[in-house]
Amino acid sequence: MFKCSVNEIYNVFAKIADGKKLYVPADNKDGNAVYTEWAEGVELSNALNTAKSPKDFFFPQFENLMEFKVEGKSIEVNDIREASEDFVVFGVRACDVKSFEILDRVFLVEPFDSYYASRREHGVIISMACTRPTETCFCTTFGIDCTNPGGDIAVWKTEDAYYWQANTEKGEKLLAALELEGCGEDAVNEQKEKTAKVMSKLPLAGLTTDSFGGGKTMELFNRPEWKTLSESCLGCGTCTFVCPTCQCYDVKDYNTGNGILRFRCWDSCMYSDFTKMAHGNNRLSQVERFRQRFMHKLVYFPENNEGIFGCVGCGRCLAKCPISMNIVKVMKTIGGND
Amino acid sequence: MQKINRNVLVEKAVSLLENGTVCCVLGWKKGEFDYDITPAVFTTKEDIEANFVFDDFCGANFSKYLVQKTRKAEGKILVFLKSCDTYSFNQLLTEHRFDREKVYAVGIPCEGMVDINKIRAISGEGISSVECGEKITVNTIYDEKFEINASDVLLERCESCKSKLHVAYDELIGEEGEVLESNRFDEVAKLEAMTPDERFAFWQSELSKCIRCNACRDVCPACTCEKCVFDNPKSGVENKAPANEFEEKMFHIIRAFHVAGRCTDCGECSRVCPQHIPLHLLNRKFIKDINEFYGDYQAGAEVGSRAPLANYTTGDIEPSEVFDGRGE
Amino acid sequence: MQVKEYKPLIVAFCCNWCSYAGADLAGNNRLNYPADVKIIRVPCSCRVNPTFVLRAFQRGADGVILCGCHPGDCHYTSGNYYTRRRMALLFSMLDYLGIERERTRVEWVSAAEGAKFAATMNDFAEKVAALGENKRLEDLRCKK
Repeated sequence: MFKCSVNEIYNVFAKIADGKKLYVPADNKDGNAVYTEWAEGVELSNALNTAKSPKDFFFPQFENLMEFKVEGKSIEVNDIREASEDFVVFGVRACDVKSFEILDRVFLVEPFDSYYASRREHGVIISMACTRPTETCFCTTFGIDCTNPGGDIAVWKTEDAYYWQANTEKGEKLLAALELEGCGEDAVNEQKEKTAKVMSKLPLAGLTTDSFGGGKTMELFNRPEWKTLSESCLGCGTCTFVCPTCQCYDVKDYNTGNGILRFRCWDSCMYSDFTKMAHGNNRLSQVERFRQRFMHKLVYFPENNEGIFGCVGCGRCLAKCPISMNIVKVMKTIGGND
Repeated sequence: MQKINRNVLVEKAVSLLENGTVCCVLGWKKGEFDYDITPAVFTTKEDIEANFVFDDFCGANFSKYLVQKTRKAEGKILVFLKSCDTYSFNQLLTEHRFDREKVYAVGIPCEGMVDINKIRAISGEGISSVECGEKITVNTIYDEKFEINASDVLLERCESCKSKLHVAYDELIGEEGEVLESNRFDEVAKLEAMTPDERFAFWQSELSKCIRCNACRDVCPACTCEKCVFDNPKSGVENKAPANEFEEKMFHIIRAFHVAGRCTDCGECSRVCPQHIPLHLLNRKFIKDINEFYGDYQAGAEVGSRAPLANYTTGDIEPSEVFDGRGE
Repeated sequence: MQVKEYKPLIVAFCCNWCSYAGADLAGNNRLNYPADVKIIRVPCSCRVNPTFVLRAFQRGADGVILCGCHPGDCHYTSGNYYTRRRMALLFSMLDYLGIERERTRVEWVSAAEGAKFAATMNDFAEKVAALGENKRLEDLRCKK
């Protein structure tokens, strides 16, 4: 384990940013933390988490895939993706680190997503342990330990220092280049204990996934509560777009007037044209669309992924939903452990 | 801070439900915490008594829900309307979006709703309880306690409340208010006074935050199209993502324009925006311009009034005269 | 190497019953106006909704002008009155967002005003040319 003092952090950032792009959470003018490319003068945010999740780094909301140029009878297909450059993301919380693992299970299995894979390869994740979890946190429900955040390098912050530990080869390489001072683990362990105590006191600490998981489809699909839960859902995409694990996307063609641009962008199962096909829509009502989102995270995803749930308990949807409906209310109502 | 107690509304709802006047009640439902209140449909006395709330976090405007709910309802729906909500209610009636006969509207006074984001900015993370009142008491899981003046953390729209008058109801609980002198155009005027470059930079930075979640549109009581152009592949402007700066502007200009003259300035768009874009500044610009060009007009103030963009006079201002005397 | 002279691309929405005929008359009278003015014929100026204007900018226009019948002379009695309100508000909004005022214009041109049509287009093209390329309402995807 290595350390640097709180005052030195920007020097360390400067070292990382020398040659690679470094992104850190910084407060925007509204006071919300947003991943920002670090340069001299960018201040690290103290916020618990960023407004939007870091999934953008690997699975951006919008990306051009290819371009078609039509000339006479020939169609030229061009791969227009920009070459991925090495980059580093600092300050990713444990829940968001776990979300990458979930995204990997979608994009890094056949059919392999080369766009995602290339960014994943070029990205180094420096995670940061939580010290002040908030009332909307429920990562423990999904077995995530916010005091051991994972990533290529894990960082713990105490009052006077940042402690660094590499978890992967990529991380070790980067950490070695930073030439930090070696140190013991006592301060970190103390910090971990303190946070763990807070975690056990959180209002959502008792939430369990017992009623969910693979094989529960028939049991949960027809529950009458879906109707009341989705009663006031606006059908907007806020929950899906702030979610670190929502991975649905749409591929569309755009006629630029001088060619066709094929792009993909995030889609939301809350939208009326989600997975619309030639025969029409699969899910005609908001109840069905609403149910899809939560069944996907709590039943279908674990069914196909060795029991891993499609939620990491980051709490963003709890904070952002315009009508304050969210996965916790769904789990408590449908799961019955209210 | 609300002068009216939850129990009064609960009693009203239960009595109307029990005597058969209404078949269901649109109200605010208790959440997981003290502040995450969800709009809900109540159909039983027990549910109302256990879960109905009315406090400083009941910002949601129910008017738009009536469009869908009245179609399915067997009888009348009881809806509680704050003064600002009644304007949306009237505007929807003007546009024949729901059947007035199927609604029993109860006007309720409102002292302004508070913004949890503003409270959080003061208290920090980890809010364990919030007690509403003139002074809001916030306790955190870190054993801190904050006393915050409710008037310091009002929702933007309540800070510049335009009216405490209820323009529509079947029954009014509490005292009637009046139309207020509001400072709601101050921010617009401030922007107008900037140079074009500054204005451009301001909106560029605000609109670039947009994630196109459509929450502003979906919550808007003026946005009641069955199929929005931005969802319709045949419209030519359909787009799911803020592909670039142009698309961001396109969406927000067109959306604001489509509700121009119909927007009652209820402020829901800014309240729900997860990225905190001041969308009300677009709508208010249109309202301010309409007032200046065509005379004062408040959408929803009365049922049946002709919207400014569906109206004209032969002496209207020319587009070329719009900037006369407006500076840069 | 010769530097290509910058010529603004202008989209003119012209009402079928007046300005479009006015453009014709300008042509018959051999009156010059810039070839970069692309005319789109519409049945009435009020057929133009704000998306048309924005779409024109998106597709590379540097200026957008609407031409309709003089107020009071609308072929459909009142269409241009609605246009007038709509565009007054839209232009004001575009200005509010920091987009140059001179890029948009409404002009009333009758079928008999060939000279006015040509003069309007010349003047508008000149003003837009002075602003240079449309950068604030451009869609880079649509640029060649």
